[in-house]
Amino acid sequence: MAELVKNTVEIPTLQTEEKTISPWKEAWQSFYKNRLALAGLIIVVFFIILAIIAPLAAPYSYDGQTLTDRLQPPSSKHWFGTDDFGRDIFSRVVYGARISLWVGFFSVLGSVIAGTLLGIIAGYYGRWVDTIISRVFDVMLAFPSILLAIAVVAILGPSLQNALIAIAVINIPNFGRLIRSRVLSVKQEEYIMAARAIGMKDSRILLHHILPNSISPVIVQATLAIASAIIEAAGLGFLGLGAQPPTPEWGKMLADSKQYLVQAPWTLFFPGIAIALTVLGFNLMGDGLRDVLDPKMKQ
Amino acid sequence: MSELLLEVNGLKKYFPITGGIFGRVKGEVKAVDDVSFYVKKGETLGIVGESGCGKSTTGRLLMRLIEASDGRIIFEDKEITSMSKSDLRKVRRDIQMVFQDPYASLNPRHSIEKILEEPLIVHGIGTKEERKKRVKEMLEVVGLSSYHAKRYPHQFSGGQRQRIGIARALMTKPKLIIADEPVSALDVSIQAQVLNLMKDIQKEFQLTYIFIAHDLGVVRHISDRVGVMYLGRLIELADSEELYENPKHPYIKALLSAVPIPDPDLKKQTILIEGELPSPANPPSGCAFHTRCSECMDICKTTRPKEHESNGHYVACHLYNE
Repeated sequence: MAELVKNTVEIPTLQTEEKTISPWKEAWQSFYKNRLALAGLIIVVFFIILAIIAPLAAPYSYDGQTLTDRLQPPSSKHWFGTDDFGRDIFSRVVYGARISLWVGFFSVLGSVIAGTLLGIIAGYYGRWVDTIISRVFDVMLAFPSILLAIAVVAILGPSLQNALIAIAVINIPNFGRLIRSRVLSVKQEEYIMAARAIGMKDSRILLHHILPNSISPVIVQATLAIASAIIEAAGLGFLGLGAQPPTPEWGKMLADSKQYLVQAPWTLFFPGIAIALTVLGFNLMGDGLRDVLDPKMKQ
Repeated sequence: MSELLLEVNGLKKYFPITGGIFGRVKGEVKAVDDVSFYVKKGETLGIVGESGCGKSTTGRLLMRLIEASDGRIIFEDKEITSMSKSDLRKVRRDIQMVFQDPYASLNPRHSIEKILEEPLIVHGIGTKEERKKRVKEMLEVVGLSSYHAKRYPHQFSGGQRQRIGIARALMTKPKLIIADEPVSALDVSIQAQVLNLMKDIQKEFQLTYIFIAHDLGVVRHISDRVGVMYLGRLIELADSEELYENPKHPYIKALLSAVPIPDPDLKKQTILIEGELPSPANPPSGCAFHTRCSECMDICKTTRPKEHESNGHYVACHLYNE
């Protein structure tokens, strides 16, 4: 049968102007086309820039008190008004972006690293290793997360840094489970078998083959988790367990001004809107990333 | 030509069946049950059988991608079955594998260049420039072009991907290639191209193949010798021509009689195999085929037939045992 078919090759002859795009670049291109996701990215980038240039953007320092200007409504002098110590709310909101983004980013980074590591080990080695790690995750997930965070802060003592650690700890099982389930399916793929057949070591298989193919849902989850980490940090700040005065943390600002709700609503409104906008930005971005990176969403 | 490259003795793989709350072992699937054969340098040994007969498991056992329950695999006087992990990795340079599904066997996130270069990196062969050069050479050898190196697997057709899979297997200049159903996922016209490519490179690089497939025609086309498996057992092994012209085992007689011949005037008698393939978790006593055999005798139900050999034609059937 085969004698009839010559050993010719079925290659299209578009040799010139051949553009090869890596899967990551391709993902970026379809992300760029998603308007909402792009809007989310713009919001996030806006806040990041704001955080970086805070000393230039803020007209006043975040802790400079002018007691004669207490609880002033928004004006050309104080764009967002002033709080009960006469501090400029606009400047505090701008500096607050630094803190919220810092907490959001680093707490998620911590939980991604720890969660990915544990999840990969559990998924790849399986058996009793998996059982132990997965049961610890189950125990952690059985607590309401804010309660667990309060417990961690209670042990470490209330400060912004400890709030960050607490938020990182409570998010570990989410990432761990996510990556574990991906690893379980990726390690069954034939190219992993092929990698072993080539003679690769476990460490190389994990780093070069399993990790890159398991990481995309983690990227999505991380973006969304930054949003919830910001809310959790604000929540802890609100409860007095996070940032301590005079740190301009958005949640703490809400907590401090709650008694002036009727008298001076701008003291709550602006930090609140800042939290809402940042979270919205990260959520839109995360949704867009999911559409782009989830293979099932592809045409 | 007649030098032995690989020898397999009494190879067994029993997969445990666990069940219940405590994961107790309830039984075993005898995926590969006491299989012995040898492969000579430069030849192609075909292994055929229906799905679930253990042919792919055998291929994986040979590379120790799964651990054997029992038996010995000897490759060039070295025993693979008892090797340490690091020695095993070195041997894998000489034994490479081509996989069944060209859509699943290439990492979708790696470019072709990276996929092909990786075996060399892993075994520490050559400098970066030498490796890149060899990638391009190999792409040409398998009938692709060097400018394909920058592309990603999803930009290729199934046949092209299988060529890439073959190129990857060739990168380390192996001596033995185990091809696990390399063409069964491909279109028939592409199958022929890939088979001919494999034949060509076998000549060019003096390769030895173990070719696993379920397609009798494909196996006949490429193999020098063919072994047939049934329920984890090797029941007949002979030179390709001898096996197809003069089959001995009733199972293979029946199989070959079912192969359609493109000649409408030819009258031939088709032997029908009755019944279902028994479960490998509970294989029949004696000869595994006795439940479906048209020439079943009393002894077949109780005693497993020993291998009978005449002129290099091995068959495990009581009809030929005195």
